[in-house]
Amino acid sequence: MTPLVTDSSINGVALAVLVVLFLLVAVAGFMAARFKRADSLDSLDEWGLGGRKFGTWITWFLLGGDLYTAYTFVAVPAAMFATGAVAGFFAVPYTIVLYPIIFVFMARLWSVSHRHGYVTTADFVRGRYDDRGLSLAVAVTGFVATMPYIALQLVGIQAVLEVAGIGGGDNWFAKDAPLFVAFAVLAAYTYTSGLRAPAVIAFVKDILIYLVIIVAVIYLPSQVGGWHEIFGAAKEKMDSVNQATGKPTGAFLPGEGQGWAYATLGLGSALALFMYPHSVTASLSSSSRNTIRRNAAILPAYSFVLGLLALLGWVAIAAKTDVTGLDGNPNPQLVVPQLFEDFFPDWFAGVAFAAIAIGALVPAAIMSIAAANTFSRNIYKEWLNKKATPKQEAQVSKVVSLLVKAFALVFVLTLDKANAINFQLLGGIWILQIFPAVVFSLYTRWFHRWALLAGWAVGMVYGTVKAYQVINPATGKHFGGSLAEIPGLGDMGYIAMTAFALNLVVTVVLSLVLNAAKVGNGRDRTRPGDYYADADDPRVAADLSDDPADPTRPDPV
Amino acid sequence: MSTTPPGADSPGSDSPPVPRTDRTKMVLAGICLLIPIVALMWVPSYAKDDPELWGFPFFFWYQFLWVFLCSGLTWTAYKLTLAARRAPKGGAR
Repeated sequence: MTPLVTDSSINGVALAVLVVLFLLVAVAGFMAARFKRADSLDSLDEWGLGGRKFGTWITWFLLGGDLYTAYTFVAVPAAMFATGAVAGFFAVPYTIVLYPIIFVFMARLWSVSHRHGYVTTADFVRGRYDDRGLSLAVAVTGFVATMPYIALQLVGIQAVLEVAGIGGGDNWFAKDAPLFVAFAVLAAYTYTSGLRAPAVIAFVKDILIYLVIIVAVIYLPSQVGGWHEIFGAAKEKMDSVNQATGKPTGAFLPGEGQGWAYATLGLGSALALFMYPHSVTASLSSSSRNTIRRNAAILPAYSFVLGLLALLGWVAIAAKTDVTGLDGNPNPQLVVPQLFEDFFPDWFAGVAFAAIAIGALVPAAIMSIAAANTFSRNIYKEWLNKKATPKQEAQVSKVVSLLVKAFALVFVLTLDKANAINFQLLGGIWILQIFPAVVFSLYTRWFHRWALLAGWAVGMVYGTVKAYQVINPATGKHFGGSLAEIPGLGDMGYIAMTAFALNLVVTVVLSLVLNAAKVGNGRDRTRPGDYYADADDPRVAADLSDDPADPTRPDPV
Repeated sequence: MSTTPPGADSPGSDSPPVPRTDRTKMVLAGICLLIPIVALMWVPSYAKDDPELWGFPFFFWYQFLWVFLCSGLTWTAYKLTLAARRAPKGGAR
């Protein structure tokens, strides 16, 4: 335990604890999957969806798993450590306003989905407008936007392995070895077990995580002189001048003209999160229409802990944590694992490493499976092979879940890793553009399907171009951040929200035109009552039952 | 639970009824949900140091406080929506 000095050699004890815990959890998950498996994992139902009858508490864990990822443990504290409150602490308002937002629309999505057997948002859009193009746009967006989010998880696992001492050296392969190890483990794990294993080990993961967090937030602040000291050190660092840019290093509080950035990052992320395929899967797996609403009231507890974790980035500033990576360059993503290695005995550092690694692995598995399901249902079966058997569909899903991770790897290798939180923000820019097609359509068919498609296209192009144009001043790489000037306002804002506003304008104007011209808006296969159905509705009950032979199961419509 | 994408049409004959809704209660629920969003998006109202609480600048403890306020408001909204859709004769939806 020698703070201030970075130990670049392998931490044998911590690494051993990490590996043992990791293997235990993986084996337990795999055995649980075999034990609960009814017939085989050769159908999409079994491999990709698991059970769909979760009550309030299991749903709480499952949804919490969507939030408690490497985003929370690695990326947010790293952003706080490197550039301060605007870049990192917005995650707190983000995860607070998230719940009022999903409270409003998720119950309707739950009802209509279980009435008609929809599993993805693209299924719903297809049923609402009978429009393959719009449905394809929604599916492709979900698939693409998930990749950088998975990339963020890989960066998280990599950070832990690097602090534990794996990697280093001069050639490119040795340098990226932790990343390839992380990728290989994730791929093998998801391919064999599907969604059942992550659901089973979600509990183990959460217990490990709580243990580590509680110890950390109670013990660490007192070690560096208390909260007053921590905020003082953070303020000093953020006010100091960054030599690369000649501007202050970061923001202690959102200053003049930074309010929009802070607010749009929070609101944009909140609107985006429940558009991701994996979040929708988790929400639809609840056992009744109201489970999700009850959850919306208790889930903010996660946000409190997230805020404390974010502040660990500033605890590290007070502790003068050295984040020099094995390649000799500073890497803020290492801040939380390094803090644990510096202040705790090796065995506990190992437990913390395991918690972070598993906490990244499980969501990454769930995300890649959900993205793969969207691909096989809404792209493969809809466009490439209409007569696909369930077995073929499951096989495609498995292969695509590997592909999506491979793409995520490409993101990590090519994009600017110095700012991992930006991966998630980049995904948010894309996924937010399907919000009008999905959420507005739950309430009305006033919006025209082609207007929604045009708005989506404009938002996607604008968002991607703007994000590409952001260049990190330190590394000179494109996609260096997710903030750009809001046209007409002059202040910086989250690109996702600007693109979303543009998307809305296009959608509304074109809807007015197309509706006035009486252009057909597709056929609606849903009925007004579908949006209120609960578990007592016969078709919903049949959809919730796992028995494919049940004659009362609804035809997927 | 089926994995087949949406295909054939289905008649709406078995479509459940749209439940009767108490609009006042729904509007109140909506206001409960809107309050935390407005409060937290109004960043200049809380981007300041003072007053401090247990060493935390105002900016930080104020947002932590909203975790609980938002939780309470969302629970209130939940109860309101349940009450708003409670049909006068049987069948709560």
